[in-house]
Amino acid sequence: MAGHPVPAPSVRSSLAGARYDAPGAGRPVRAAVLGTGQTEHRSRRSDVSMAGLCREAIDRALADAGTDWSRIDAVVLGKAPDLFEGVMMPELFLADAIGATGRPLLRVHTAGSVGGATAIVATSLVKAGVHRRVLAVAFEKQSESNAMWALSIQPPFTMPVNAGAGGYFAPHIRSYIRRSGTPLHIGAMVAVKDRRNGARNPYAHLRQPDITIESVQASTMLWDPVRFDETCPSSDGACAIVIGDQVAAEASDRPVAWIRGTSMRSEPTFYAGKDNVNPRAGRDAAAALWAATGVTDPRTEIDVAEIYVPFSWFEPMWLENLGFAAPGEGWRLVEAGETAIDGSLPVNPSGGVLSSNPIGASGMLRFAEAAMQVMGRAGEHQVPNARTALGHAYGGGSQFFALWLVAATP
Amino acid sequence: MSVAVVGFAEAPVRRHGDTTTNGVEMLVPIFHEVLAATGLSRHEIDFWCSGSSDYLAGRAFSFVTAVDAIGAFPPVVESHVEMDAAWALYEAYVKIRAGEASTALAYGFGKSSAGQLRRVLSLQLDPYLVAPLWPDSVSIAALQARLGLERGLWSEKEMAEVAARSRAAALANPNAQLRGDTSADDLLAQPYVADPLRAHDCAPIGDGAAVVVLADAPRAGDLCERPAWITGFAHSIDSPVLGARDLTDAASATKAGRAAGLDGDVDVVELHAPFTHQEILLRRALSLRDGVRISPSGGALAANPMFVAGLARIGHAARQIHRGGVRRAAAHATSGPALQQNLVCVMEAS
Repeated sequence: MAGHPVPAPSVRSSLAGARYDAPGAGRPVRAAVLGTGQTEHRSRRSDVSMAGLCREAIDRALADAGTDWSRIDAVVLGKAPDLFEGVMMPELFLADAIGATGRPLLRVHTAGSVGGATAIVATSLVKAGVHRRVLAVAFEKQSESNAMWALSIQPPFTMPVNAGAGGYFAPHIRSYIRRSGTPLHIGAMVAVKDRRNGARNPYAHLRQPDITIESVQASTMLWDPVRFDETCPSSDGACAIVIGDQVAAEASDRPVAWIRGTSMRSEPTFYAGKDNVNPRAGRDAAAALWAATGVTDPRTEIDVAEIYVPFSWFEPMWLENLGFAAPGEGWRLVEAGETAIDGSLPVNPSGGVLSSNPIGASGMLRFAEAAMQVMGRAGEHQVPNARTALGHAYGGGSQFFALWLVAATP
Repeated sequence: MSVAVVGFAEAPVRRHGDTTTNGVEMLVPIFHEVLAATGLSRHEIDFWCSGSSDYLAGRAFSFVTAVDAIGAFPPVVESHVEMDAAWALYEAYVKIRAGEASTALAYGFGKSSAGQLRRVLSLQLDPYLVAPLWPDSVSIAALQARLGLERGLWSEKEMAEVAARSRAAALANPNAQLRGDTSADDLLAQPYVADPLRAHDCAPIGDGAAVVVLADAPRAGDLCERPAWITGFAHSIDSPVLGARDLTDAASATKAGRAAGLDGDVDVVELHAPFTHQEILLRRALSLRDGVRISPSGGALAANPMFVAGLARIGHAARQIHRGGVRRAAAHATSGPALQQNLVCVMEAS
């Protein structure tokens, strides 16, 4: 930079913008989850509007964080395609309801990973010293449309699948089974675990304490090998997270979830050599997260993981992609019961996407549930002594990945 | 962490441009252009962020295949806002300030001509009470213009003068869609499109794409002879209820301008005003003094590719500094009906 003197940022303070006089300005600061909130997820929340749905999650998050609107500096809203609800950029008409009026408002859309990406954008706003407390919100009101057909898109120069997400991912699952030699009951085992976990979660859409491997295997085959009971529901729901800086975190009289690290990676939907079973973008995102947080053996260092599993088979696939198991070995963790809520690596104790799936919020729910675990606020699905937790989301054609690692200590 | 704009490129803005709705055909050439100008390889971009709209493309996940324009392999760190790409640039700026990147590239694309734009934009309104009436974007702007006329805040002649100045300025901008020498009197002889708006009061409908490259203090000087250092970058939004806010003002623009440190000490301001009266409104909302040069690129009235034009304003303002002779420049971007959401970026030469 010799010969290029840098003008100092002007020192101004405002609710509306970059707070250059914030303590530590110019130096990245620590960020933490102060509180989370979510709605009761159902196939039709016809009792609330989109605004009411978001507000249900936001009000709970503000209460959980022990804060109020006067201390929220900015709002970041995430959701998947606008065509799901038939409103173009709904954050514009929601501005009053989500408390954004008079504040900075960002709208994130990164396909299915958007809930995670939204939390990461909010985290960056805090880490950059721009804001002290940021509200991240994500929602989807899928009953406004038919998500399966909204997902059957016709991109330029690409043969449309016209079979929704299940039709798109089923061949990848078959490829996983062939490559790894996984026994066919593994998919049903994951479904049983997640739905029974969901029965412990008062917000879950599907709560099925009596589900069995036999009942899953008797359910209708939708996209071979994916059966009805191995498929995520289509939900109305929202999630909200309040993220604060170190000062806000230390001022909290409740435990917070320190954000140790975040990572995102994207790759094209299609390219020569793309591995849809174990996508490079997911592996790179995980490797970056582990490197940034000093984790050398995620299998033993992570206490609980909330992983985006929309079809049961993705649990063993993502366990491998994230580095919890060697390629071809993820299913063994499932079969041994290690990913059960009382196992050595509980995966989706909340019931996961298989129990609730408001698409735009599903990723944020994973991030929020990870935070709830390390804050000790997961209720009936609390994993005892959870100190470090992974939140994971993915989207598009297994091409957009968003991760965060939260912990009980900085 | 200081951040500078070190590169800008935009595609020629045309009605019914030769592009699909994912923008790749417009983006690839301008990525090449901006990377060549900065000497960066695509592998040296630490963070990518785009702005676009599914509704404009008429297809869910329209931004997904735009990633193909990056050549996103090996995988990249990338994000997307469903907003004008000026806000994608803001997200990229925050990433650099957070120490998570030292270079970033923001891009926007929009095929505004793919549908009936004024009806498409109606779907931004409250879906329960307002959108079912299908008030279109031009009619809402006309209501705003009428209110200002009745309050004496602007006249139809002043509006026409804005259009004439924009078209004349655009003569120097090869990427502009609408340019030429014309007089306010000639324009005022034209019929109304939506009373009191005439065709010249409304931005043309155009397809386009733009890209802006950011770098932090250690890198910027190597990439650009005269980096445009960002000294303030802020945005805010007003209520969506058209009857609940003063449509002849833009409180969120005022707030963003103050937060970004926009004051009388600025040489050039690029305003994102898709309607002539909105330029007059914004000059007042941002307290711009009389001598400030407004939108030497021709502004949005000469080229307004949706989800791109805000980012392009920042690029054009930065270009004034890159070329030398301008010490302090600012840019504004807007989104939503009747200037609901506003952003201001202030830049300085070294």
